[in-house]
Amino acid sequence: MTSPRGRMIAGLMILPAALVFLAFFVLPLVRLVIAGGEGPDGWAGYGVALADARHLTSLAETLALSIAVTLATLVLGGIPGLFLARNRFPGRALLVSILTLPLAFPGVVIGFMVILLAGRQGLIGQVSQLLGGDRIVFAYSMAGLFLGYVYFSIPRVVLTVMASAEKLDPQLEEAARSLGARPWRVFRDVVLPGLKPALISAGAITFATSMGAFGTAFTLATRIDVLPMVIYTEFTLGVNLAAAAGLSLLLGAVTWAALALARSAAGAGVAAAG
Amino acid sequence: MTVPIRLDACAKHYGATRVLEPLDLDITAGETVVLLGPSGCGKTTTLRLIAGLEVPDPGGRVRFGPRDVTDLPIERRNVGMVFQSYALFPNMSVAQNIGYGLKIRGVATAERRRRVGDMLDMMRIAELQDRAIGQLSGGQRQRVALARAIAVKPDVLLLDEPLTALDAKLRESLRVEIDSLLRGLGITTVYVTHDQAEAMALGDRIVVMSKGRIAQIGSPRDIWFAPADRFVAEFIGTTSPLPGEIAGGILTVAGATLPWAAGDGPVDVVVRPDAATLVGDGAGPGRLTATVRAAQFLGDRTRLAVTVAGDHLLTIDIGARETPAPGTTVTLALHPAALIVLARR
Amino acid sequence: MRNRTLGFWLQLALTLAVSAFLGVPILQSMLAGVTRNIFTGVWKSGLTLDWVGQVLTLYWPAILLSIEIALGCLVATLLVGVPAAYGLARAPGRLARLAEEALVLPVAVPGLALALAMVIAYNGWGGFRQSAWFILAGHVLFTLPFMVRAVLAVMASSDLATLEEGAASLGAGFFRRFFDVVLPNCRSGILAGALTVVTLSIGEFNLTWLLHTPLTKTLPVGLADAYASLRLEIGSAYTLVFFVLIVPLLVALQLLVRPRTAKPLSQDPS
Repeated sequence: MTSPRGRMIAGLMILPAALVFLAFFVLPLVRLVIAGGEGPDGWAGYGVALADARHLTSLAETLALSIAVTLATLVLGGIPGLFLARNRFPGRALLVSILTLPLAFPGVVIGFMVILLAGRQGLIGQVSQLLGGDRIVFAYSMAGLFLGYVYFSIPRVVLTVMASAEKLDPQLEEAARSLGARPWRVFRDVVLPGLKPALISAGAITFATSMGAFGTAFTLATRIDVLPMVIYTEFTLGVNLAAAAGLSLLLGAVTWAALALARSAAGAGVAAAG
Repeated sequence: MTVPIRLDACAKHYGATRVLEPLDLDITAGETVVLLGPSGCGKTTTLRLIAGLEVPDPGGRVRFGPRDVTDLPIERRNVGMVFQSYALFPNMSVAQNIGYGLKIRGVATAERRRRVGDMLDMMRIAELQDRAIGQLSGGQRQRVALARAIAVKPDVLLLDEPLTALDAKLRESLRVEIDSLLRGLGITTVYVTHDQAEAMALGDRIVVMSKGRIAQIGSPRDIWFAPADRFVAEFIGTTSPLPGEIAGGILTVAGATLPWAAGDGPVDVVVRPDAATLVGDGAGPGRLTATVRAAQFLGDRTRLAVTVAGDHLLTIDIGARETPAPGTTVTLALHPAALIVLARR
Repeated sequence: MRNRTLGFWLQLALTLAVSAFLGVPILQSMLAGVTRNIFTGVWKSGLTLDWVGQVLTLYWPAILLSIEIALGCLVATLLVGVPAAYGLARAPGRLARLAEEALVLPVAVPGLALALAMVIAYNGWGGFRQSAWFILAGHVLFTLPFMVRAVLAVMASSDLATLEEGAASLGAGFFRRFFDVVLPNCRSGILAGALTVVTLSIGEFNLTWLLHTPLTKTLPVGLADAYASLRLEIGSAYTLVFFVLIVPLLVALQLLVRPRTAKPLSQDPS
């Protein structure tokens, strides 16, 4: 439909969405950038905020956490995802359901479940006390956050890996076997390279989500200083708009870059699947 | 060292469906055997049983020479396999693909590079050495797939419809190349195809299969000139079976009569396009009248679709310069030597 | 190959462990919501719906508001997103690529940052800022890309383009084509998008926390309140209510999007 009339119709159909986007995304972001520069230090406020030691520590901690979550989730979600895509056995559908159900759970609920598991009255604490030791409580620390982030990231990875595994060409693996490769070799030389785009894509999404997650940290109380929490406290308690704005933009830039990587990896994956 | 292959009572079923009836097959060392048949006949299943990608139903055994390989998976059988889609590894270059089997076998790098180089030269694709798979044409991929399968010096070479994915002209030229390649290598080869021209060109022997069974095994000439039954006769070449009768040494078919020494009773007469010629009017042995329905000019001949005696359709090739018009009546003379007469069951 | 290898059992064990990791907390929190006394356990104290009852009386407005916003979000994304998807599917290459990049942005930027920006931008618009419409706007912005993506995936297929050409050759004008041919054939994409939007909206917190006022609390905002109150029973019961609302939607989404069975390695016979 590349006729002029066709183009006009296409444009008209996109218009409402474009207006929504403009009014509630572009405009606010621009205002955010400007507001950040309206503080006592003016535009230099951004520089001050980004150089602040506390903020940099928070950024580093958030990065480290997100990377750890990504790696853990790729393994804990990738292996079951591949396994479920390739094997048939009674109960398989149930396992797939369970693994992908938490896909849209809000962070607060997951934070709550972490408290149920590892909080002061938590299951793990009770078990450890029963076993004679101290009551183990780690919900309110980075460990609890890590647990929660892994929890809500696994469904996304499982889904992505399963979809990708289903598109792998079985003849490639048969060819490798015909040349003498044992199962581990076939996995390493054929399956893993075939899954690479999906793994990169899922990993990048996990990373981006972990960087920007707020609800879970919020529920697990204020001792944890991940970047979104710092932004929140700067805004509500510190009323430091420049810091909040600057850090928000920084966070947005990092997550956007990660997702851009995910999209390009997924695009390249079309060729690699055979 | 190339080996003979032997299948004993090998059957296969998937779920409740039997796709292969128990079959026996003996392939001599160095021979090229073509499994030929329509889709669903079981030829690919048979190939996969020989390869070790499938296990025969209990009771079936697969032997490579003295070795019983039935319980060995494919990675331990030392076969070379070319897949219908070539299955080249997209994450490796051409040279790496060809050398993969050697790498698995632990061949030293220098020796491996030499062998890969030999393969590249043999297939005349030396310049593609470092190319990525995605940049190759269909014919080039074919050669790489062949090179990869042969590089490991397999005991048995298996090809699963390797030319099906290519266009007609390429198929013909590659067919010739593969033929001379196979003859030069002397490895026991099993080749699967549904294209009977390919089968006739490449096979020392052809195994015609239908519905999970072997219909006939024989050399190309045997299959062509002496098909065992109506299915084989109809599958090979363009044919038009006509009902006929042999009585008292005379074969009557579609209004023509011919002296016929052997056989008696109702028969199917398989008439190939080359089995009749156009003649002027007049009586004589083996003559019949036909009404022309369509005449197709094929370049080197004219193909006639005619109806004879009671609406039976016949396809006959005549000279390129003859052009009978549709609707006209012509006289055809049947060549007794070219007719295939099968007892009707 | 019917014999299960050691690798199979190890992978199965890991899969079961991970499934338990995901599933047990859900069951635990649902159970806690109907246990009379969490500290002594369900066997000793028995089941009760008291907590659920308390939650409903305390938080009913929040729950209702979440449902209303979710439905409003659905209507908005259908009206805005479906045409947008069509426009993108038919738009010339460059524009479409640009639009798709733009489409990802609201999802890429963390909800907190988005909400912050919106609060600052609309600070002076008192009435709007204080109302539930403000929250709705945020939700629409956040969920619109999901609706567009789900519908676009179906619309961009060449089948649909061919169908439209067929309808056009028979004389159908644009609106006839859109309603008679395009929409009916995108049903699966629209349904998937709809379920996704409603699910995301009901559970949305990161945006809503900054956008809400004491008068416009949604279900997740209420949840955060309940958790902060440190009353485990109320928190659990509220979580139970949330699950009851959202799990059927998620299951429906699963059934719709992936009716797949595993593909065994050996091919069908030929």
